[in-house]
Amino acid sequence: MGSRSSHAARIPDVDSIRRETGFSQASLLRLYHRFRALDWNEKGYLSRVDLQQIGALAVNPLGDRIIDSFFPDGSLHLDFPGFVRVLARFRPVDDEDNRNRDPKEPEPLNSRMNKLRFAFQLYDLDRDGKISRQEMLQVLRLMVGVQVTEEQLESIADRTVQEADEDGDGAVSFLEFAKSLEKMNIEQKMSIRILK
Amino acid sequence: MDGAELVGKIVYTWLTLVLGFILLPSAFGVSLGISELYMKILVKTLEWATLRIEKGVSKESVLKNSASVGIIQRDESPMEKGLSGLRGRDFELSDVFYFSKKGLEAIVEDEVTQRFSSEELVSWNLLTRTNVNFQYISPKLTMVWVLGVIVRYCVLLPLSLKNRLSELVHLTCCRICVRALSGTIHYHNKQYRPQKGGICVANHTSPIDVLILTTDGCYAMVGQVHGGLMGIIQRAMVKACPHVWFERSEMKDRHLVTKRLREHIADKKKLPILIFPEGTCINNTSVMMFKKGSFEIGGTIYPVAIKYNPQFGDAFWNSSKYNMVSYLLRVMTSWAIVCDVWYMPPMTREEGEDAVQFANRVKSAIAIQGGLTELPWDGGLKRAKVKDTYKEEQQKNYSKMIVGNGSLNSELD
Repeated sequence: MGSRSSHAARIPDVDSIRRETGFSQASLLRLYHRFRALDWNEKGYLSRVDLQQIGALAVNPLGDRIIDSFFPDGSLHLDFPGFVRVLARFRPVDDEDNRNRDPKEPEPLNSRMNKLRFAFQLYDLDRDGKISRQEMLQVLRLMVGVQVTEEQLESIADRTVQEADEDGDGAVSFLEFAKSLEKMNIEQKMSIRILK
Repeated sequence: MDGAELVGKIVYTWLTLVLGFILLPSAFGVSLGISELYMKILVKTLEWATLRIEKGVSKESVLKNSASVGIIQRDESPMEKGLSGLRGRDFELSDVFYFSKKGLEAIVEDEVTQRFSSEELVSWNLLTRTNVNFQYISPKLTMVWVLGVIVRYCVLLPLSLKNRLSELVHLTCCRICVRALSGTIHYHNKQYRPQKGGICVANHTSPIDVLILTTDGCYAMVGQVHGGLMGIIQRAMVKACPHVWFERSEMKDRHLVTKRLREHIADKKKLPILIFPEGTCINNTSVMMFKKGSFEIGGTIYPVAIKYNPQFGDAFWNSSKYNMVSYLLRVMTSWAIVCDVWYMPPMTREEGEDAVQFANRVKSAIAIQGGLTELPWDGGLKRAKVKDTYKEEQQKNYSKMIVGNGSLNSELD
């Protein structure tokens, strides 16, 4: 593994990353080591292939969609700040975040809204801000593979879009999406706690 | 000129000592008990060093934590619970949460990549490589460490280089190399040593595995023709025992390989074949899927378990990270290589057992014997993409949930 100093000073722009993501120094360090470990040929950035090598991710039905969320706008290189920015969405929500928040500052990355946005863009394949029936079908197909017939899948997609769609445009916007999930405990389902 | 003479004299006496204490006894297979003494001193030193570090570190040692616990809090509930599902619930928009959380967890930490990083040691072994908390050492410890570096680079390394150049009989050569690596090998159950006409199967951690096994017996090796340094060594070995070498292109033709191997074992006078079915180096904490090819040949399989003691030196070779030469350098400058070799009773394929089941049976036996954990993951994962069958499993489970009673649900609508 080479000689690794445990100094956080090794991480470039560590302070600005900490402010932006809210991760503690120790968590950032662990994530940095993980980033370096995934970057096995030491390019300094991650490519899609590096993430695809992760076994448990490759067998995840939504694996490709998750990898897409790390490479927005067709970019091919993922640097450490970008890596941590996505992971920050899954940071558990502490009460401290809400109390000390300055209302003028942008929403923290791990807010409920931002967690929902992450889930939304897993469905929204063309990133136009709406989940069409077609997109719903495609993502469903990813999750069920070849186990379900086209008719069954279509009826499920139709039902889901109908239930959530309020303005009747045949697609689910982000606000409609958020409304349909307002009773759900997002904070618990979309949180990963990093142990000290 | 006095200084130069003095240095010359020192070097000369040192060389003589080396020759006297290492080379000659090796040639006669006699142990002078120096290695055992060396080991004892090493263990004492390392234990003392660890205690010093523990005293110096005020907060909890990162090493202890990372060796036993993962870095994230895992919720290992099965898919049904994670999707807050009673069976036969319908698809929900929120189902995607479960998969995305599992996916992100895998990105932060996954089982397989952990297997491929050198086992993080709980007690530091004075090699910079494995210590994360390197900064917390007191001056006293630094001195010991510096001394260690000097000893390793000035004494052990030239020893091994010198030794590698000597061309004695096959077995003697191996013994010298083992001594040079400060290797202490314990062979257990020698009565089960592989016989002629059989196949020896072992788990694989590093190229030294071969060295360790051949020190205790002659084997026919199966492998690829290498260029460079390995090629020279290979050609030298062929002179001593007949081996089975293939060109890389031939290796792709499984039937050709199987045929040639069958021919070899059919001849009862030929030496047992040595095969590492895992196909790639694992970091010696687990035994990955055994490729079934070796088990289709037939014949008697002699399983052997090799386990390295990680306290003294990390023998693991990550071939995608280090090339052969830098790896050998690392190994030779480690403190020592200590390992256990267990020979196990021979196994043959039973009636109605296919190659895969037989392979798994042998793999379990080796894992149990060596105290290694078994993993179903294919060792080739390190480099290649995983097969789709695993993904299908997950998809199947999910589909059963949302559609299994789907027809019922739509009727109720």
